[in-house]
Amino acid sequence: MSNHSFAGGIHPPYRKTTAQQPLERATDPAKVIIPLQQHAGGPCQPLVKVGDLVKVGQKIGEAQGFISAPVHASVSGKVTAIAPHDHPAGGKVMAIVIESDGQNELAEEVKPRGDVDSLSADAIRQIVREAGIVGLGGAAFPTQVKLSPPPEKKIDTFLLNGAECEPYITCDHRLMVEQPDEVVCGLRALMKAIGVSQALICVEDNKPDAAQALREAAKAYPGIGVMVLHTKYPQGSEKQMIKAALGREVPSGGLPMDVGVVVSNVGTAVAVARAIKEGLPLVERAVTVTGSGIKNPRNLVVKVGTPFSDLIEQCGGLTETTAKVINGGPMMGIAQHTVDVPVVKGTSCILALDEKDVRIEPAGACIKCARCADACPMQLVPLFLRTYSDKGMWAEAEQANAMDCIECGSCSYVCPARLPLVHSIRLAKIQIRARKQKK
Amino acid sequence: MENRLLIVSSSPHLRAPENTARLMAEVQIALIPAFVASIIFFGFKAVGIVLAAVAGAVLTEWVWQVLMKKPVTISDGSAVLTGILLAFILPPSVPLWIPFVGSVFAIALVKQFFGGLGANFLNPALAGRAFLLASWPALVTAWVAPFDGVSTATPLVSLVPKAGEVAAAVPGKVELFIGNVAGSLGETSALALLAGGLYLLWRGVIDWRIPAGFIGTVAALTWVFGGTNGPFTGDPVAHILAGGVLLGAFFMATDYVTSPVTKKGRLIMGIGCGLITVLIRLYGGYPEGVCYSILLMNIATPLIDRFTMPRKFGEVRAR
Repeated sequence: MSNHSFAGGIHPPYRKTTAQQPLERATDPAKVIIPLQQHAGGPCQPLVKVGDLVKVGQKIGEAQGFISAPVHASVSGKVTAIAPHDHPAGGKVMAIVIESDGQNELAEEVKPRGDVDSLSADAIRQIVREAGIVGLGGAAFPTQVKLSPPPEKKIDTFLLNGAECEPYITCDHRLMVEQPDEVVCGLRALMKAIGVSQALICVEDNKPDAAQALREAAKAYPGIGVMVLHTKYPQGSEKQMIKAALGREVPSGGLPMDVGVVVSNVGTAVAVARAIKEGLPLVERAVTVTGSGIKNPRNLVVKVGTPFSDLIEQCGGLTETTAKVINGGPMMGIAQHTVDVPVVKGTSCILALDEKDVRIEPAGACIKCARCADACPMQLVPLFLRTYSDKGMWAEAEQANAMDCIECGSCSYVCPARLPLVHSIRLAKIQIRARKQKK
Repeated sequence: MENRLLIVSSSPHLRAPENTARLMAEVQIALIPAFVASIIFFGFKAVGIVLAAVAGAVLTEWVWQVLMKKPVTISDGSAVLTGILLAFILPPSVPLWIPFVGSVFAIALVKQFFGGLGANFLNPALAGRAFLLASWPALVTAWVAPFDGVSTATPLVSLVPKAGEVAAAVPGKVELFIGNVAGSLGETSALALLAGGLYLLWRGVIDWRIPAGFIGTVAALTWVFGGTNGPFTGDPVAHILAGGVLLGAFFMATDYVTSPVTKKGRLIMGIGCGLITVLIRLYGGYPEGVCYSILLMNIATPLIDRFTMPRKFGEVRAR
């Protein structure tokens, strides 16, 4: 067992039943729905109109502002609608609907860009930006922003996040096992873009096969190491990962670059490798379709914009008693009200849970057992934050460090009174932010 | 795909299996050895006392919640636990109405008056005992010997003889350990309580800090100050085995609601309980101080929490 770890955290049942299922290409969708916002930051402007013919890899939405990422067509075919559509992150977002012609014809601009050694740092940043690459771990933060730290921040280490600490999800695990060379190639490009010579690929100790494959692949590169971390949720949260791997603590309110680190996901590295080697923008990703509500759980390579319903169908459909469908993992994922939502860049998992796994128990009284405080990886005291939030005491909630909450959900998970602790804290964060803006 | 209704709720979508009722049940399981010991040493009267206390607690909670039109929560096991704990800190000789009345007070005035489960600031069982001691002091301090039920003093009285009294012999360590001595119903058998306490630690129900701080402090202070022949001549083992230290340290001071939520705070709670217990035992008017020590630390709990807030991740403390 690895002793690289952090304080707090929980050990939920991992249920990674698809860990040994190889990645398979999903059947091509008849239509894709490509939201103009699939990333943290400003939405894109559409570059096409209804009736236009598009090809795979063609840019169809232009990024607006620095923190943004363009979107691309994932199939070739005809644009049939540009209208608001249900988004897996909640609400409705403008989306471009493309009916596939089944040809998957590549756009002219999709062509190899060279190799990591010959490209300059600037060229790599440019490729990453144009390819619309965002963090594929779930938060979907535009990657090129991470690659452009302000000059006063001295970055010395790159951490590649292969923890995959959320239960059920195995798509990163499969990428690491099946495509370790792509992971390492993408990592080398990312390192070069920032100008760091040291990198660690961090894997939880429940995936020894992934660690082994990566070690093999990284053998030729002395700057790249593989670090095995203790399996604990939320090990894949970047602040906890930096603490576990390097012993550094990102200051409150700060970013990894404040301690000389940039963190990116293994899936992101694979996307970068493909953007360089094939010139293919981020138009597909690995997705785990799993859970007690899915008849045949699988790991699929999926075109961005494929409706959840298509993929669920390909995995045997939902069981009769499925109660929940989630975009992402069970700890931080978002429950969907419909399966007519598209896979977006940040969709790592489609999780369907059967009734028996969706226990809705009424919340009781807080007995101050402090399990939430013991579990909090940020060393907050959720039971007090909840009280402040529920009473509308926003100033007190802020004083008690509500803004440091990473919303990992460990507190709600352990609460024996079934209180929705992280939900209350989220509410407080929204209120605190809104009050700040008013001032 | 057919249009089915899906449940939408805020993450996380997984919950740990333990709930409040389960935790209360764990504590009740941990009290079984002490209950068995009480029946062995004091006969089936022990069952009656426990039943009377539990009945008083559960009935009061039910009546209160029905009258106040609140959801009835007697099934969470917390009232049952209060009843058991109160019964365990009463002498085996009490008439059955005593535990019943004590439980009524504990649940109505100490727990429900302040908002019910989670909102009380004193341990209901201990406050119930304090109330009984103030109201019927003779009944609540009438100690009897195990098996024969003959009136006798508790070992604590012999351990700390008051000026002018002739000390009776302190029972042997083995007797103290297995619980074959006079004392409260459920607190005489150190063996049974240790078994229960270790079970709670093993199951992760309680934190080691409170019992370790409590017992450690009592041991250190009674060793240094507890002897009659000058410093460092005390008998810490007898002080821990006799009286209510073990029941208090494992089952009373660790009550979630009335103890600190911070780790450092829990250690302070334990040390404070130990300190006050020894103060009362050695220098106070009562032979035993566990009950009041925990009640006093209960009152200090919000303050302890406030001053022991953990350093949050990434916090840079001003120097």
